[in-house]
Amino acid sequence: MAYYRSTVLVSMDPVCIEKGALEIKEQLIKELALLKLSEEVQVLDSPRLGDPETEGPDILVYPEGSHYIQLSPATVGPIVLEHFVKGRELQQYKAQMRDVLDEELGEPKDKEIRIILENIGKIDPRNIEDYIAVDGYQALAKVLGEMSPEEVIQTILDSKLRGRGGAGFPTGLKWKFARQAPDTPKYMICNADEGDPGAFMNRKVLEGDPHSVLEGMAIGAYAVGANQGYVYCRAEYPIAVSTLNTAIEQAREYGLLGKDILGSGFDFDIEVRMGAGAFVCGEETALMASIEGGRGEPRARPPFPASKGLWGKPTNINNVETYANVPKIIHRGLEWYTSMGSEKSKGTKTFALAGDVAHTGLIEVPFGLTLREIIYDIGGGIKGGKAFKAVQTGGPMGGCLPASDLDLPVDYETLGAAGSIMGSGGMIVMDEGTCMVDIARFFMEFTQDESCGKCVPCRVGTRRLLEILEKICAGNGEEGDIEELEELSEQIRKNSLCGLGQGAPNPVLSTLNHFMDEYKAHIYEKRCPAKVCRALIKYEIIDGPCTGCTVCARNCPVGAITGERKQTHIIDQDICIKCGICYQVCQFDAINVS
Amino acid sequence: MTTTPKQPDPLDNPQMKQIIDNTIAEFSEQNGALMVVLNHLQERIGYITKPMQAYIARKMNVPVSKVHGVVSFYSFFTTEPRGKHVVKFCIGTACYVGGVSQLIDKAKQVLGIEPGQTTSDGLITLEVCRCVGACSQAPVVVIDDQNHGRVKPSQFGRMLTDIQKSEVVA
Ligand SMILES: Cc1cc2nc3c(=O)[nH]c(=O)nc-3n(C[C@H](O)[C@H](O)[C@H](O)COP(=O)(O)O)c2cc1C
Ligand code: SF4
Ligand code: FES
Repeated sequence: MAYYRSTVLVSMDPVCIEKGALEIKEQLIKELALLKLSEEVQVLDSPRLGDPETEGPDILVYPEGSHYIQLSPATVGPIVLEHFVKGRELQQYKAQMRDVLDEELGEPKDKEIRIILENIGKIDPRNIEDYIAVDGYQALAKVLGEMSPEEVIQTILDSKLRGRGGAGFPTGLKWKFARQAPDTPKYMICNADEGDPGAFMNRKVLEGDPHSVLEGMAIGAYAVGANQGYVYCRAEYPIAVSTLNTAIEQAREYGLLGKDILGSGFDFDIEVRMGAGAFVCGEETALMASIEGGRGEPRARPPFPASKGLWGKPTNINNVETYANVPKIIHRGLEWYTSMGSEKSKGTKTFALAGDVAHTGLIEVPFGLTLREIIYDIGGGIKGGKAFKAVQTGGPMGGCLPASDLDLPVDYETLGAAGSIMGSGGMIVMDEGTCMVDIARFFMEFTQDESCGKCVPCRVGTRRLLEILEKICAGNGEEGDIEELEELSEQIRKNSLCGLGQGAPNPVLSTLNHFMDEYKAHIYEKRCPAKVCRALIKYEIIDGPCTGCTVCARNCPVGAITGERKQTHIIDQDICIKCGICYQVCQFDAINVS
Repeated sequence: MTTTPKQPDPLDNPQMKQIIDNTIAEFSEQNGALMVVLNHLQERIGYITKPMQAYIARKMNVPVSKVHGVVSFYSFFTTEPRGKHVVKFCIGTACYVGGVSQLIDKAKQVLGIEPGQTTSDGLITLEVCRCVGACSQAPVVVIDDQNHGRVKPSQFGRMLTDIQKSEVVA
C-alpha cells in the first residue's frame, strides 16, 4: 500500500452524479496532477457524504475532515490550490458544521482526546473504503511487510498498552506469553460481551468503526501466531453483530482477512459468535466455554488462556477497545501514544457517562484526568442543579466513590486503591436523590442473579447479602446487620473462584465505607434520607398548592388518589405503593415526601 | 391472569420442523455448534421446547442433559412461546437510577401482569432485561427489539394501549 498524505472522497450519490460529480472528480485528478500531487493525494469514490439535494456535488478531505459542498468544475482548482498547496481550508465552499454526531456521542469537549472514537459518525461502518481512506489497514500492511512478530510485541510492550476490559493487564505481555506457548493451533479472541450495566463504549466502536477492531486482532494474531479469531458479542447487540459480519466479509474481499493477507503468506480469519444473555460469560474462561458450545461457567486459572484456552489451545483474549488501540499505536508511533496518559496508564480510555449528569453519552479522555474534570468539565455537572452524591465506576464489581474522592485521577491504580475499580468504562453519576443502601441492594440483586452458582460462597453468600440489604431497605434492619454484611463480604471475596464472586462485595463495602450514616439511618431510625426506600417513606398531598387538577389521580398506577376536580386530592396510604409517579407529574409541587 | 396458550410443539408443525432441520444442518459442522444452533433456533422459532431439546440432542449427537444444561444456563433461551409483542424493561444501573421501576408499575396497572408473564390473550409479554447499551437515554423500554428511550410513565401507558389498539384494527 502506498502512503497518501490525504484522501479526497467524492460523493457518487446518483443525485450528485446528475449534478456533475464525475466531472468534478476528473477535474480534481487533473488539478492534482498539474501540481504534482498525484502521489500524495488519492481520490476515491464514496457513497453519499452530505445531503445530495442541497449540498451536492460534494467532497470530503481526510484526514482533515473538510467537507466542501455545491462544487462545480470551476471551483475545484481554487480548492486544490488552497487546501493542498497552501494548507488552509477555503471557507466559502465549506459546509457548516452539522450535527452529524448522534446524541450518544456529541462534539468532543475541551479535555477530551478522541482516538478510539475519532472515526465514529464520520465514516460509513458498512463501507471498508471509508476506513481505508482514513489510513485504515496501513498498520496491518506495515506489520506484515516490515516487522517481525517479536518487533510487534516489543512495540506493544513499549507502548504500555493495558487491557481495557477491566483488569488492566499489560497487553504486550499477554501476547508474549501466547507467542511463547509451544502448542498449536493458537486462537485470538475479542471480548465483546460488554455486560456491565451502564457501559456501551464497545457497542459504539463495533457499530461505528468495526474495522479498527478487526485490524487490531489481525495484528495481534500475527504477533502471537494465530490463524483463527473469534469475536464473542453479546446477544443484546444485534446491530453490532451484523455490522461486524459485513466488515469481515468486506475485509475478506479486499484480501485483508483470509489466506495470504496482502501477499505476506500470513493467514488469519475471524468469526463472530453470539452470547445468550449471561453476564458471567464476560469472564474469559467462561467466555471460552461458551464459544465451545457449553454452559458459560468459569474455571480455575492457572492454566491461563495463553497456554490452555479455547479447545485447550493457546489463546489470547482482549477487549474490543484494547484491540482498537493497536493499529493507532503502530501507525502513529510510540512517541505519540506514550505522550498521552499518566505514568503507569498510557493513552486514552472511553467512558459511558450516565445517570444524573447533565451531558450523558460517550467520552474519551487521557488517563489521569480527575473524576471532577470528567463529571463537571466534560459532563457538565449534575442535572437539574442538584448536589453530587456519588459516582459508580467499574460496574457490578466496582464501587461508589463520594464527593471527597472527586479529585482522584482516573487510572487503574488510583481507583483500585479507593475501593472501586476502573472496569470497562461505565461511569454512573448519582445525585442527592439516590439512596446508597438501595444502590448496594440493586447491585447485589444483579450479581446474585448472575452468579453461575459453581462456588458456594458466591451463590449462597450473595443471596444472604441481598436478604440483609432488602431487610434494611424494608425498614426491618437490626443491630448486627452491618457487621454481618462486612464479614460475609470478606468471605465471598476470599473464597470465590472468579472475578464475579471476588468483586461482588465491592458495591456493599464501598457504600458501607463512605455512606455509613445512611445505613445507620435506615437501621436505627427507620428513615431513608434520600427518600427512596418505599417502606420508609410516605407521599401526601399538601392542601394549599393542590389545585385539584386531577393529573395525579389519573396517573397513579393503583388508583390510590381520590378527589373532586378543583378540590384538594387525598392519597389512600393503604393502597399507595409509593412509586412516586404523582410526585413527578404534579406541576404545583403539591406532593410532599416524608 | 397469566396463561400459556396451549400450542402444539413446533416439531409437530411440518414448516417449523423444516426450519429446525435446516438450522441444525446449516451449523452443526462448526466448532462449538450447539450454541450457534440454539441461538438461531431461538431467533427463528422464538423458543426451544423440551421435545425440541431432545430432538436437537439426537440430531447433533450430544447428551440431552447437555442441551438442557445449556438452554437453562442462558437467559436468552426460552422454553415457552411468548406473546405476539414482547415489551422488555431494561433494569441496568442507568435505567434503574432513571426510574424504570415506575414504568413497570405502570405496565402492571395497564395490563394486569408482572414481568415474566403474558397477557391472557397472548398479545403482550412483559420481561426485564440487562442493560441494552442505550444508557444515555435511560429509562429504556425495548418493544419488539426497538429501543425506546426517556420513556415517561404517563406516555408509556399510552404506548401500551397503542399496541393493544393496533391489534384490534389489524
Ligand atoms: C464477571 C466478569 C465479567 C467480565 N466481563 C467482561 C466484559 O464484558 N468485557 C471484557 O472485555 N472483559 C470482561 N471481563 C474481563 C475478562 O475476563 C478479561 O480480563 C478481559 O477480556 C481481558 O481483556 P483485556 O486484557 O484486553 O482487558 C470480565 C471479567 C469478569 C470476572
Ligand atoms: S465466583 Fe460466582 S460466578 Fe464465579 S465461578 Fe464462582 S459461582 Fe460462578
Ligand atoms: S442501563 Fe438501561 S440501557 Fe444501559
